[in-house]
Amino acid sequence: MPALTPPLALRLLVLGLVVVLVQVSAISQITIAGTNADLTPLAVMAVGLLCGSVTGATFGFVAGLFVDMALLQTLGLSSLVYIMCGYGAGRLRELRDPQAGATPLVVGALATAVATIGFSIMNFLLGVDAPVSFLLLRQIITTILVNTLIALPLYAAVRRWLLPALPDDPRRRRRRAYTTGGLSPLSRA
Amino acid sequence: MYDKTVRRRRAVLALLVVSSLILLTAYFGESAGGGLHAVQRGVLEVVSPIQEGASRALKPFRDFFGWAGDTIHAKGKVKDLTKQRNQLYRELTAERGATQENARLRGLLQLDGNGVAAFKPISARVIGSSPTLWYATVVIDKGSSAGIRKDMPVIAADQDNGGLIGKVTNVTGDAAQVTLITDHTISVPSRVVADPHNNKPPRNTAQSPTGVLQTEVGKPNDLVLQYTTRNDDIRPGDSIVSSGICSARLQGVYPPDLPIGKVTGVEDAGTDDQKVNVRPLVNVRRIQFVQVLSKRVNDNKPSGCLR
Repeated sequence: MPALTPPLALRLLVLGLVVVLVQVSAISQITIAGTNADLTPLAVMAVGLLCGSVTGATFGFVAGLFVDMALLQTLGLSSLVYIMCGYGAGRLRELRDPQAGATPLVVGALATAVATIGFSIMNFLLGVDAPVSFLLLRQIITTILVNTLIALPLYAAVRRWLLPALPDDPRRRRRRAYTTGGLSPLSRA
Repeated sequence: MYDKTVRRRRAVLALLVVSSLILLTAYFGESAGGGLHAVQRGVLEVVSPIQEGASRALKPFRDFFGWAGDTIHAKGKVKDLTKQRNQLYRELTAERGATQENARLRGLLQLDGNGVAAFKPISARVIGSSPTLWYATVVIDKGSSAGIRKDMPVIAADQDNGGLIGKVTNVTGDAAQVTLITDHTISVPSRVVADPHNNKPPRNTAQSPTGVLQTEVGKPNDLVLQYTTRNDDIRPGDSIVSSGICSARLQGVYPPDLPIGKVTGVEDAGTDDQKVNVRPLVNVRRIQFVQVLSKRVNDNKPSGCLR
């Protein structure tokens, strides 16, 4: 589990601010099939996958606070939901360390599902009188689909941004050593 | 060592969850003027210039996607519009008198420029909107420094129509939050204006049913006009306008006769439980500019109220 070093914390802070600003100022106003993409759970998922559960959950908490502050929403609600996304993605990395290229796609879809459904459940618990309408379900499903489509490029962008501040991954080090000939069986000959 | 890591991880998770719950409880418990609300407004005050800059910078990106969406939408509409055009050609001869009728209705709804100008509208740009269905709110780039106050009504127009879209619910120096009519917390006293073309069977034109317009969460395109009676003759195509409040004690937030939507259907018509479905005139998820009506005219009371 990578430690939360000051450079990493700074990069995460900038990432959170940029994601929330872009989401609030642009993405929320672009409707696709009656709904819009939600970058925040995807960014939280990416941080969880790259940095582990504690950093993922903390980033989820802070990103949720940013969202609630920027939109004058109920404080703490988005944080609570995004903590689950970040922690879940982080635990997946710590327990299974999935290597498949499609992992961010699947985890992104799951994170969006947790965020949208979790948000709905929290609102029901808080007493918002809402019918479980077909439209609500359709919008949740559409958001999950749209987010699934953009999960991979967003994960790649987050990874690229955080990589300089992440401690060297042993797997990456091994791969680099192999490709440069350090551990190649050919080099022994 | 392993136990320590696990304990630390669980402690951080518990701390974050408890912090969220404390924030949530405290936020719900306090009034709109409370500490957390004030902090939130303070943060918005700081963030709103950045948000405005981001909104302007990202406008081409938004416009590109808007254009793509519009193109797809327009292709889908071609068939409908062709059908509509043919119908309009047929109706043209019979509708010569409609101009006069239209002028009368315009006067009734105060849709002309003078009607809105009397309310001293303040134009503002939308700089942020919520990504979830649960909060139908937008943030605009004008606040108390431009004369905007809480509870002022807000109107907007998209490419097709214009009308009431909500009211101001939070104000900072240079930004304000507008809660849209598609939010579950908003109720608008409303009146039905009969569609003059839908008069078969004939109806009592003097009658103007009233009710309260609300939304159902999760149905952002469907408002419901409540508290109508079984005798109210409401038909698809009728217009819904704000009614204002005729009360000596209460102050109406919304001025009378601002257009809001069109009736799309009436379920259980002719019963006390009839449900009048209304589609908002303006697509509230795609508005980029709004006008805040900053002046109350006649205390937002409809004409004909006893003083």
